[in-house]
Amino acid sequence: MSEMSAKQVLFEPIFSNNPIGLQILGICSALAVTTSMNVTIVMCLSVIAVTAFSNLAVSLVRTQIPGSIRIIVQMTIIASLVIVVDQILKAYAYEISKQLSVFVGLIITNCIVMGRAEGFAMKNGPWLSFVDGVGNGVGYSVMLLFVAFFRELLGAGSLFGVTLLSPVNEGGWYITNGLLLLPPSAFFIIGLAIWGLRTWMPEQVEEEDYKMSRHTHKEAF
Amino acid sequence: MEHYISLLLKAIFIENMALAFFLGMCTFLAISKKIEAATGLGIAVVVVLTLTVPVNNLIYNNILREGALAWAGLPDVDLSFLGLITYIGVIAAIVQIMEMILDKYIPALYSALGVFLPLITVNCAILGAALFMVERDYTFGESVVYGFGAGVGWALAIVALAGIREKLKYSDVPDGLRGLGITFITVGLMSLGFMSFSGISL
Repeated sequence: MSEMSAKQVLFEPIFSNNPIGLQILGICSALAVTTSMNVTIVMCLSVIAVTAFSNLAVSLVRTQIPGSIRIIVQMTIIASLVIVVDQILKAYAYEISKQLSVFVGLIITNCIVMGRAEGFAMKNGPWLSFVDGVGNGVGYSVMLLFVAFFRELLGAGSLFGVTLLSPVNEGGWYITNGLLLLPPSAFFIIGLAIWGLRTWMPEQVEEEDYKMSRHTHKEAF
Repeated sequence: MEHYISLLLKAIFIENMALAFFLGMCTFLAISKKIEAATGLGIAVVVVLTLTVPVNNLIYNNILREGALAWAGLPDVDLSFLGLITYIGVIAAIVQIMEMILDKYIPALYSALGVFLPLITVNCAILGAALFMVERDYTFGESVVYGFGAGVGWALAIVALAGIREKLKYSDVPDGLRGLGITFITVGLMSLGFMSFSGISL
């Protein structure tokens, strides 16, 4: 781990070790906020900030934390950072913070933050940990923005609130796909995104539980 | 009474924690390979939610809420910004206490739940329920019903998913989709199914 360069640490999580696609981290609070790009971007920035600074803070105190209470210490650091983010959003982006509702608070239990604090920041120096936090936050954001792009474009015919495909009910031609604004579509899009990612990088494909035996059906004649 | 039943059904089916709000997804996807494990985790979640939501409700209404400290002579104090850190602290503490009590008095259940209990602290469904409770301004009675209902709904969803995944491992899934990918799509289909409850109102 020690010879990993900052660049590697930064770019590794974006595609080849994506927190959502491969590590199964941080799916929890994220999917419900992907119906529009504006909200998603705010959520992504919040997560990047929290991951980066919590990694930095945990890494700074890592030698002082007794092993038995490390989880609670990490929790406290993360919760304090999330409170700061929450208060900033309420002060400067009230509309969006209303739309995000409980999901800003849920960054606390977002497994990415916790997972990286525990898995990386406890073992590495402050600078690398900070970079790792940014990298994982960005990896998470890439996936989220990808989902939000399709959901908003196909579901509402717009991007960032600007209408691109004029929908039928406003006199245009595009019949909006309401399914994409509903929760299930996020699962489908992520499932397909993982498929795409793993076709591109076959080393991420999981082991089969059972090998299919060859098709040995013989014709009757 | 009718109000509570309606709230219960709403929490279990219509606003299912896992399938409508995507809460607790990490554990939901990670621990759903075997039905036994999923059942154990489901029960633990029900118990923890039924305890933590009402406790957080009491704390919020009597200490944190704006003007709640009037009994201590501080009518203007608004501590609601401390909410997040308090809820997570309460959840962590209750999980810890539950672990010790179970270990002492019901060791069989303790060993059955095993590693899942500590995991629950970082399950977003637990914190999410507390936050929804605050946002929707539930009374104490409502918060008990809501906590229980949310837990049952989550448990139901994870046991159902585990059942599907146990069958699914015998099927021939395209390489890139195997494992996580197909699980996501399955969850999506389940979520579609649960959406058909959305017309119900009592």
